[in-house]
Amino acid sequence: MSELDRHLPENLPPASSPAPETIDVRRGMFRAKGTGDTSGYGGLVRPVHLPGASERPYGGWFDEAADQLERLLPDFGDAIEKVVVDRDELTFFVRKERLTDVMQALRDDPNLRFEMCLGVSGVHYPNETGRELHAVYPLLSVTHNRRVRVEVACSDEDPHIPSVTGIYPGNDWHERETWDFFGIIFDGHPALTRIEMPDDWPGHPQRKDYPLGGIPVEYKGAQVPPPDERRAYS
Amino acid sequence: MTDQEQQTADAYSSSRETTEGTVFTVTGQDWDALAAGLGESAEERIVVNMGPQHPSTHGVLRLILELEGETVTNCRLGIGYLHTGIEKNCEYRNWTQGVTFVTRMDYLAPLFNEYAYVAGVERLLGIQDEIPERATVIRVLMMELNRVSSHLVALATGGMELGALTPMTFGFRDREEILDVFEMVTGLRMNHGYIRPGGVAQDLPPGAVDRIRDLLTLLPKRLADMENLLVGNKIWMERTVGVGYLDLTGCMALGMTGPILRATGLPHDLRKSQPYCGYETYEFDVPTETTCDAYGRFLIRIREMKESLKIVEQCLERLAPGPVMVADKKIAWPAQLALGGDGLGNSLDHIRHIMGQSMEALIHHFKLVTEGFSVPVGQVYTAIESPRGELGVHLVSDGGTRPYRVHFRDPSFNNLQAAPAMAEGSMIADVIAAIASIDPVMGGVDR
Amino acid sequence: MGIEEKLPSGILLTTVEKLAGYMRSGSLWPATFGLACCAIEMMASGGPRYDLARFGMEVFRASPRQADLMIVAGRVSQKMAPVLRQIYDQMANPKWVLSMGVCASSGGMFNNYAIVQGVDHVVPVDIYLPGCPPRPEMLMDAILKLHEQIKAAPLGVNRERIARESEAVALTAKPTAQMKGLLR
Repeated sequence: MSELDRHLPENLPPASSPAPETIDVRRGMFRAKGTGDTSGYGGLVRPVHLPGASERPYGGWFDEAADQLERLLPDFGDAIEKVVVDRDELTFFVRKERLTDVMQALRDDPNLRFEMCLGVSGVHYPNETGRELHAVYPLLSVTHNRRVRVEVACSDEDPHIPSVTGIYPGNDWHERETWDFFGIIFDGHPALTRIEMPDDWPGHPQRKDYPLGGIPVEYKGAQVPPPDERRAYS
Repeated sequence: MTDQEQQTADAYSSSRETTEGTVFTVTGQDWDALAAGLGESAEERIVVNMGPQHPSTHGVLRLILELEGETVTNCRLGIGYLHTGIEKNCEYRNWTQGVTFVTRMDYLAPLFNEYAYVAGVERLLGIQDEIPERATVIRVLMMELNRVSSHLVALATGGMELGALTPMTFGFRDREEILDVFEMVTGLRMNHGYIRPGGVAQDLPPGAVDRIRDLLTLLPKRLADMENLLVGNKIWMERTVGVGYLDLTGCMALGMTGPILRATGLPHDLRKSQPYCGYETYEFDVPTETTCDAYGRFLIRIREMKESLKIVEQCLERLAPGPVMVADKKIAWPAQLALGGDGLGNSLDHIRHIMGQSMEALIHHFKLVTEGFSVPVGQVYTAIESPRGELGVHLVSDGGTRPYRVHFRDPSFNNLQAAPAMAEGSMIADVIAAIASIDPVMGGVDR
Repeated sequence: MGIEEKLPSGILLTTVEKLAGYMRSGSLWPATFGLACCAIEMMASGGPRYDLARFGMEVFRASPRQADLMIVAGRVSQKMAPVLRQIYDQMANPKWVLSMGVCASSGGMFNNYAIVQGVDHVVPVDIYLPGCPPRPEMLMDAILKLHEQIKAAPLGVNRERIARESEAVALTAKPTAQMKGLLR
């Protein structure tokens, strides 16, 4: 397809059905709030969907990995909320209560053998009620040379996720960092304290409701507001 | 306190009682006060804080050591003194502007940060197979030169921390040659915003290839200087052999990657196992050692520099004329940089084109520079082999022109967790050697 | 020294000023306060090519007690600011501060919660050096300008007089925020 046609809605990668994960609903053309939307598209309503559960066959080695995990976990459908294959990457969405079981299975089974956990990445989706805080664990298998991702969601009201430091001790600092920046409490972590921010810092800076915190820049009499308060055309 | 003590006392030299016991602030010339204050509790363990400002902690790293005599019984690390909020800042910038932020994380290997981020963006866009060949080769060329310069600093600062000042001069002298090449190609010595989504910012200027060829004849001799000085050097070996021991089990448990893991004997290198950017087509070896100690890691770094120079040579042979930005005009960064009459800016040809010849080009330029391109919804995790280990980027896009979430899995952040495992049980001097062998860059650790 | 406090303003004091300024600028020892990327450029300017030792400044003293000049090289985070102040306070007079790089001078490109927007919020700065990072030549230029400043520094009663005059001027000066028409 030509370069121009790539961006037409019908040619974009399909938002896989059945239920894509809606993380946001955008109203209007620009993301700026408060400053006037003069584009003429002020009434536009667009939901933002993350790719939803993929259907079998997933392709490549993903199918056998998912099958193996299913064999290891008797309650696979209960533990794994959905399996997403997007952009050549396999993601298992796991219910947080079963996280340690799934991680143990992924690490110990000889066919899966994901020995390395490459940290935790927190993501805050403030508009996905009930599942605002996601913790993403990329895993690497050195034996089989594969990568997989495990994602767990928890809500703002109950931001507890079991810690995987018992299975992957290298996740210690990563979990501390995710606590520091998002407020996700990892139950079972040996010492969950702030690591990047000063120890008595209030708030969790990388959440979406935490301001960027800049100051207006004064230059020759004019003032430029900080980045999060400027008019945004995107 | 006597009169004399009162004269020398100042706001910081004092002792105070806390729930954990007496805390002394030692500022120099007051050992008597310390010894007197310790008194009966001399058998108890002393907690020494090697604070964030210290010449031997490789950046602003805080080491809290519990000592019994000279032996470290407990080692804890305090980080976060360089936390810059880069990840959050990226959420308020375009995808292309993110490159300039991300490049300042691990400031000794800026091109690796840039490439990891850009690789993620390109995967989200789906254009990873459409990057022109020349751009890929230039990326590999610049990254490998950056690997050499980063290892030179690692050896230089590692040597300086252990008291060897000549490797410092060698390292920085040779690094200057490489920085000259960077300046010629990208315009900056450090923190270049050179690798952009879709390609590189501008093509190699005329004369760059010859310059790099000259560098390739010059550097091996210079690296030999460093090697001859340190490899087999009795004093260096006494300081580093057996120091900072971390075997394969420890490495896998803590998720170590990079020279630390390769020093255990496992030849794990993402350029070989999960090649990106055309690395599978280059011939190079992955050096490993089996000693699992600081000396082994140091040897690996020296050999990796030589391998990188091999790759640079192969890159120079592969350079064929062609575009350096992806063909899709809705993503390709429009500006062509050129040295204008005032020493800056846009190439006049480009300006003539957008102002006089093509309305479309003008629109593309305008939209890309003000708004940026949109990236389809999704998330991706891309990892590359930076000089310190696996540098991973987790990008989440919500379909807009700004990243929704950028998270870097920096190798130094992970690798520093091994410092207590390496340091406890050894002496204070070995702590320095162990941390120098981990080669953390605090910009990457704290982001 | 003490002698300059007792001298009346006149030829003797100016001679002492010149001598003291010459001595102080001739061997100004920097304290290592390298934080981020600018620290690497600072190390490079101490390296063989951009040799800072020719200006008497190679000795980067780790101990602030023995240092005269604190080159704040790099971004100062909120966690680091108290440490910065403590090191500054530990330095003995006379001391100078050079804020190297835009992050130290004004927060730089990081206008956010984590970075102090200019170390002059924490320590008094004598000379600001922009750049991201500034080239070693720029750092040396800033240091040489600081040397000029030190050589010309008034002492004793002169210093007090000049300080009071500049304070009076500053108190009645128009703040930058109220100056209009500058962008033209």
